[in-house]
Amino acid sequence: MKKACVYDKMIYFLIWFFAAATVGILAWILVNIVSGGIKHINWEFISSMYKPGLDLHGIFPMIISTLYLILLSLGISAPVGICAAIYLVEYSKPGKILKLIRFATETLSGIPSIIYGLFGYIFFVITMRLSWSLLAGSLTLSIMVLPAVIRTTEEALKSVPLAYREGSLALGATRLQTVVKVILPSAIPGILSAVILNIGRIVGETAAVYLTFGYATRIPSTIMKSGRTLAVHLYLLAKEGASAEREYAYATATILVIIVAVINILAARTAAGIKKHFTSDAYTEGGNR
Amino acid sequence: MDVISIKAAVAKDNAAKITGSSNTHAKPKKIRNVFERAAEAIFFISASTAILSVAAISVYIFTQGAPAIFEIGIKDFLFGTTWMPSAEEFGIFPMIVASVCGTVGATVIGTVIGLFTAIFLAEIAPRWLASIVRPAVELLAGIPSVVYGFFGLVVIIPLIDRHLGGGGDSLLAVIIILAIMILPTIISISETSIRAVPLAYREGSLALGATHVQTIFKVVLPAARSGIMASIVLGVGRAIGETMAVILISGNTVQIPNALTDRVRTLTANIALEMPYASGLHSKALFATGVVLFVFIMTLNLILNVFINRKVGE
Repeated sequence: MKKACVYDKMIYFLIWFFAAATVGILAWILVNIVSGGIKHINWEFISSMYKPGLDLHGIFPMIISTLYLILLSLGISAPVGICAAIYLVEYSKPGKILKLIRFATETLSGIPSIIYGLFGYIFFVITMRLSWSLLAGSLTLSIMVLPAVIRTTEEALKSVPLAYREGSLALGATRLQTVVKVILPSAIPGILSAVILNIGRIVGETAAVYLTFGYATRIPSTIMKSGRTLAVHLYLLAKEGASAEREYAYATATILVIIVAVINILAARTAAGIKKHFTSDAYTEGGNR
Repeated sequence: MDVISIKAAVAKDNAAKITGSSNTHAKPKKIRNVFERAAEAIFFISASTAILSVAAISVYIFTQGAPAIFEIGIKDFLFGTTWMPSAEEFGIFPMIVASVCGTVGATVIGTVIGLFTAIFLAEIAPRWLASIVRPAVELLAGIPSVVYGFFGLVVIIPLIDRHLGGGGDSLLAVIIILAIMILPTIISISETSIRAVPLAYREGSLALGATHVQTIFKVVLPAARSGIMASIVLGVGRAIGETMAVILISGNTVQIPNALTDRVRTLTANIALEMPYASGLHSKALFATGVVLFVFIMTLNLILNVFINRKVGE
């Protein structure tokens, strides 16, 4: 019994130790990045152009490029992903086609981003002659985030209580009316949190963006122009390795971390909102039944 | 397979099947019927884009890459040790070794730390503490990979250089950073699958006189085995596919590593480093590198499917 006790204590120690290690690693990264970067973040850094020759090291073009990429990628992938999720949850019948679609989305989500980059490069950039451009980058990224958009939207649709559908159908609404007027409005918070989470993915993506959107440091004036996102900027600053650029790399990394933290908080808030929404709503509905 | 889908699969608590099973809706007017059908068609086409994308990606990568493999020769390509595009020598064996070593090392470290953290979150942590650690893990999952690479560059590399020498950009740096990057994947899926083990298992074990620790390791973990394995396979996938972070910390020298402090270049790094300026056979050889990576990932996906389809708790 005594021996078991010592053994147990050792295991307990290991469990606490490794859990502390996980949190410690996160804290280490955050403290290092943020403390190294926060002092270099100022209005000039955020608002000025990037022209190292003129001693301008601002990230304004990168912020705008990142925003454009987010908007266009989600502009393509969100409608397609949401429609696909509606099909999967509301329309599809079990069978070969459904299995094939499931297999495809699962495969897509397992493909590493460099392969998307490679595909985007050969297909959009070279074959479709889009060259390195906002359009090529967005198309590539929208395929990349598509499985996640579908998956999370599906979850949101599934969380809409069955009673909503039954009620709507019982009132004589068609399936489409039920989807558009009843299910989608109720699922909006969930879809929103899906979209927010995918913003995080687009912001953080480097490999696929680098091979399709390029790294020009001006603001892309049309969708056919190349540009540089914050993540690619950090990559290039870090890779070029000039120690004078280090502080700007630190500052860019800090901005990325802040963006991701904000996105995480927003997504968690919206997700919490959904739960509240349905628990309160479903109960009142149930009470009236 | 993404985290959410696996969670859904391992948790197996999908709230009731909600597939609007309404074959009995009122007979609509004709014009309405057209709308209905058009909408359904649009939804279906959207869902099919996933199939189309997978097909397009596979076809393009393979048609671009496969001919190069035959042109170079399968043996020379896979087992050749010299990568010298200027001399038309395309052997990727050193990069396969680097990718495999980096991934295996990272997986071992990541699994140990991740699994214990998952046990902590699911079985041991008081609720208030878990509610602090869990968001921390989520944040860790959200941090862009290039930031991890940068952290490796400015913190891990100097650390290795100081203590082990060799400049610091090395296989070891790759292993450490990849291990950190796959932690959140392993933690969150393992935790979900540990939580999915029925309470009765624990009660039965404790009632038989087993201690809490014995219960965790002899009853709960074996029962959660398939979910845990899935989390590890998913972590392997993430590690082997990582590119930009690895480029920043690996040194990128094409060589078979003899020591942890040797510089390496992974398959992924090879593609991203040379693609922007490659042409001709060189470019095709990079696609062939992509094919090898693709085959690795597909094999992992198949393994993953085996684990997912096994029932949790059996």
